[in-house]
This record gives sequence, C-alpha cells and structure tokens, in this order.
Amino acid sequence: MTRTLSAPVTVAFDYTRSTGPVIGRFLTGLRDGQVVGGRTSEGAVVVPPPEFDPVTHEPITDFVEVAPVGTVTSWTWVPEPVKGQPFDRPFAFVLVRLDGADAPLLHALDVSSPDEVSTGMRVQVRWREERVGSITDIECFEVATESGPTGVEAIGDNPVTGVIVPVSLDYLYAASPEESAFYRGLNEGRILGQRCPTCEKVYVPPRSACPTDGTPTSEEVEVSQTGTITTFCIVNVPFLGQKITPPYVSAYVLLDGADIAVLHLILGVPAAEVRMGMRVEAVWKPREEWTYSLENIDHFEPTGEPDADYDTYKHHL
Amino acid sequence: MRDVAVVGFAQRQMPEFDGSPTCVELLVPLLAECYEQTGWTRRDVGFWCSGSSDYLAGRSFSFVQAVDAIGVIPPVNESHVEMDLAWALYEAWLKIQTGEVDTALVYAFGKSSAGVLRRSLSLQLEPYTMTPLWPDTVSLAALQARVGIDAGVWDEAAMAEVANRSLTDAEKNEYSIRKGGSSVEELLARPMYADPLRKHDCSPVTDGAAAIVLAAGDKAREVREKPAWISGLAHFVDPMSMGTRDLTRAPSAARAAAQLDLSGVELAELHAPFSHQELILRRELDLADDVRVNPSGGALTSNPMFSGGGIRIGEAAARIWSGEIGKAVAHATSGPALQQNLLCTLEGRN
Repeated sequence: MTRTLSAPVTVAFDYTRSTGPVIGRFLTGLRDGQVVGGRTSEGAVVVPPPEFDPVTHEPITDFVEVAPVGTVTSWTWVPEPVKGQPFDRPFAFVLVRLDGADAPLLHALDVSSPDEVSTGMRVQVRWREERVGSITDIECFEVATESGPTGVEAIGDNPVTGVIVPVSLDYLYAASPEESAFYRGLNEGRILGQRCPTCEKVYVPPRSACPTDGTPTSEEVEVSQTGTITTFCIVNVPFLGQKITPPYVSAYVLLDGADIAVLHLILGVPAAEVRMGMRVEAVWKPREEWTYSLENIDHFEPTGEPDADYDTYKHHL
Repeated sequence: MRDVAVVGFAQRQMPEFDGSPTCVELLVPLLAECYEQTGWTRRDVGFWCSGSSDYLAGRSFSFVQAVDAIGVIPPVNESHVEMDLAWALYEAWLKIQTGEVDTALVYAFGKSSAGVLRRSLSLQLEPYTMTPLWPDTVSLAALQARVGIDAGVWDEAAMAEVANRSLTDAEKNEYSIRKGGSSVEELLARPMYADPLRKHDCSPVTDGAAAIVLAAGDKAREVREKPAWISGLAHFVDPMSMGTRDLTRAPSAARAAAQLDLSGVELAELHAPFSHQELILRRELDLADDVRVNPSGGALTSNPMFSGGGIRIGEAAARIWSGEIGKAVAHATSGPALQQNLLCTLEGRN
C-alpha cells in the first residue's frame, strides 16, 4: 500500500482574451491568409508584431505584410510531444525568419525525422482551412515547394478582437498521508481526524500540521458520527453544477469529539425547522456504493435528541 | 542600507514526493531545521514569504494551505510570490530594509511530478502567439542551444563538459537526484533527446522545497559566527519573445551583474536548468577561470521548481558559514530560456 491516495484531476479553463489593435491586426491577417509584422522605430520588421516599440515604448502602428515563406534559423526535435502541441507524433519546433521580416517566428515544422530539418532550410506556411484568427491558423510550416504555399482567401471583413485559448492541465493529485487515512476510513464507514499534540484540537478532515501551532498532527482519532449543527444556510438559488434540487440545507456539523465542523447536507427535516444546536447523525449510502469519499455519507438527519447548549459549540462558530 | 545576512538554510529534493502538492508535510521538518539552526521559535520570525504556483499544485490557493506549516495564531506577517524562492528572498530582504522587521523566513515548494512539468510551463509564455502551440520548456531551451551551436558560441562538447562536472560534483550532494560523472566522450555517445540536447543537458523533473532564514545586523551575528552577508542583490527581465532577443546572450543577467561587485568571487552557484545556459551565464557574469562553478552539482542534477533558484543562494551561504570561501555569487532564473535573472552576492566579512 502506498503512503498516499491519489486520483487523476483535470483542471481546465477557456481563457477569453481581447487582442488589442496590434495582436488583433496580426491575428486578422492570419485569418485572411496573410502574415503581418510590425516595423519598429529602428526599422526592423518583427513577426508577430510587438505591441510596443522596444526602444521608444510607443505603440506599434506600422504594419507590413511579409512572405509566407522563410528560412529556419533554429530548430529542435520533439521526440515526445505533449498534449495540445501542433502534432501528436514527433515533429520539429522551428524559429523561421520569413522573407521580409528581421526577427524569427516560433512554430512547428512537419517533418518525419530530425534528418529532414536543418538550419538555413527553406520552409513555407501551411494554412489551415478553417481559420478563426489564431496562431494555429498556421497549421504548421512545411518544406518549401517551388510553387510556394497554396494561396488562401480572406475569410471575413471584420477585424479579430478576441481569442479563446482553452487550457487544460492533467494531474495525478495526491492526498496528504493524513487526508489519505481520512479517506481510507470513510471507505470503511469510519470518520477519522488528527489531534494536535500542542493544543489538543482534533481536525476533521485531518491536516498535516496544526494551523494554529504549526505542529505536525500525530495522533489519529476516530470521531462520532453524531454531531451538532453550528451554522447552516438554506440554498434556494440554482447554480451551475448543482447536484441537489433547491431548496435544501447545507450545514456545518461539529461531530462529537471534533474541533472543526464539516460541511454537509441536512435532510429528513423541513428546511424551516433546521436550527443552530440541532443534533444530527450521519446517514451512509449502501455499503456497496462506498468509495474513498466524503460522499459515502449521503446526508445528515436529526437524531431527535434535545438541542445542544450554545455553550457546547460557541467556540466553533 | 541595513546589513542583512543569510543565517539558515534547509532543503529537500526528490524525484517524486509521495504526498500532497501543498507540501505541508515537507515544509514542517524544513522549518524545524531552520529553528534548530537559529535557536529561534516561529515567534522570532518577523516576516514570512513563500514561493509556489497553483499550476504545479493543480489546485487553487495552495500557498494558503502551506501556511499551516507555520502555525498562524496569533497571526503572522506573511506574503507570497508566484516565483522562485530567490524572489521571495528578495521581497523579504526589502522588508528588512524598510526597518519594519529584523528577521525573515522564506520558503518555497513545488510538486513538479504531479503534472507534466515541461507542458505546464507553457503557461508562462505569451498567451496569444505562443501558448496555443504549447511550446514545452525543453524545446525552447533546445532552440536556444542550437542558436549558440550554429553561431559557434559553444558546442556540444562544451555542454557535455558542464554536464560531466555537474554530475561528478553531485555525487557529494545528498539532495541531488541525478549523479555520477563519466567523461565528455561517454556523454556525447549517449543518444539525442530534444536535438541538440541530450537528457543530461536538461535538469531532471524534481519535487522539493527549501527554506532560507535572513537576519539583520546583530541578529545575524547572534546566529552565526560567519553570517553570509548579502552585499548585493539585483534582478532584471528580458523580453518574453524568443524572436526578438539574441538567444546566445542573457542581457538581464549582464545588467544584474553590472549592479554588483563580482570582484573576488570564489564561487558561483548558477541556476542553469540546461547545460548551455551555464555557458551563457559564465560569459554574462564574466567569471574568471578560477571561480568554482556549482560545486553542489547545480540545477542540472536537481531542480525543484520554485526552490531551485533559492537553493543556489543557500548552497553558497553554507560554504561561507563554514569558512570554506569568503565571497560567492548566487544566481536564480525564471521564464523561458533565461528570460529573468537574479543575482545575489554573499560575503563572509564581519
């Protein structure tokens, strides 16, 4: 058994960005099958155009169309491509100085072995058919042909003003050793915490160090499945990703023996009757549905005991 | 300016950390080592600053969780940078310069192995024209290496020499995760990876954390007989684009060097995650031939994200405390192909 539990996690977000006049001009060009550079105060044509002049810091306003054909100024072989790169099989990344430009552009080159690429070789743009105003409108570079790249027509007459860049990252997310014990406990129908040896507080879910003292928590403690509602809210508003139909009650439940409340769902009682101090107990899903998750506990419901005294939970609010 | 010294240093480096990416379990013993070295408790630390990134952790606000390792009741004076430990140290040094505090503990951590490091690092690039291509760190460094080879500024043998010396020195460093030198010929006979880089030209993916303690004036003298005084600290940034700068140079490193007095430096700990980058840095810092470079084995043999730069400062400081050397320069980098560079000179004078 490894020390920790882990699970794959994907974190993804589509970044929506406005382009501004300079990058927008460049991306509009790509959509319409043109490569556009910017001329700096020193007369150099730079692709992609920088937004501001590197010397005067003035906005770049002088745009120049350069050729879709150029010369490789550096290259590397990508033996193990990562997700999202222009090819999912080995390829070359290249710096290409396009004819008419003074600075090279970074992109991919479609060759099948490192023997087919060299500094100084002539390459040309391979345009993507569906172009939207993105650096990937250039599908890649390819070895230059005598006839040059296949010409493409302009796609729109409106300027590109924004891009959407999807970003998705895959992780193998590990729980800490203490969290791992907590989830292993849940898989056995138990709720485990950790006691801080300095302040004696019991953390559920457990933490590796006591946030009060910085002391490593060392003692594992099984806490009760019955506890007290310290505070709650009635959810009436629908939101994206909501799993339960409103209205429902989310509450902090301070389990007997714990010093930190856990957030959970309260059922088995009309929402209007839920109150601070109400005594509740865990209701588990059928055992065959258990996994390493707090969701093994389906919800909490009232025990019918008298409410807890305010003094018993006032330090846990 | 107040005299500020490095008086404590602790580190851990490993190929794969079997624990959560918030690294609390890793930080607790590191902070304990710092307390032991200084004789302090957490109450003696005037300012805390951490370095980390949620892109490595795969969760939001991972640095807030890490604060558990300090223990923050009553509250502490705390900050965070989404940068390497060396920049966290810079912020703490400034804080001490303001006179508000006399002591600081900076720490940084990262579990690089949780994701695909070279891919995650694409997100530090220009988001319109670079990130959509997902140019990985190794590819960008390889493009830089090729430019230097083609221009005759360095060659594969010079790169292999750097790797061989680093791997040999790493044998004496318990924290290095790749070690064992052989010969330039043997290294050159190994297969290409990201042509023109072989695997030993690239730092290994490393998990880890490190902590550094700073103290001003007498506070430093109380802790160490020979504190490692920070006699200079400077950092600069070059443009992000790979097309608009001479990739055989690191102008920001040269500018940082020009701010400092590097005369008499006996040792340089350079944060060069790729072998050719050490060659660039040696040139930009104009290091004399007799300056000892990366006796720790350097970043080429072990490079935990977010602490790999600061560890260079810690390694240099440790050799000043021991009296082995009197003056060192430590370097940290960030961004693609040596885009950002920080230099710190350390001296044993008292």
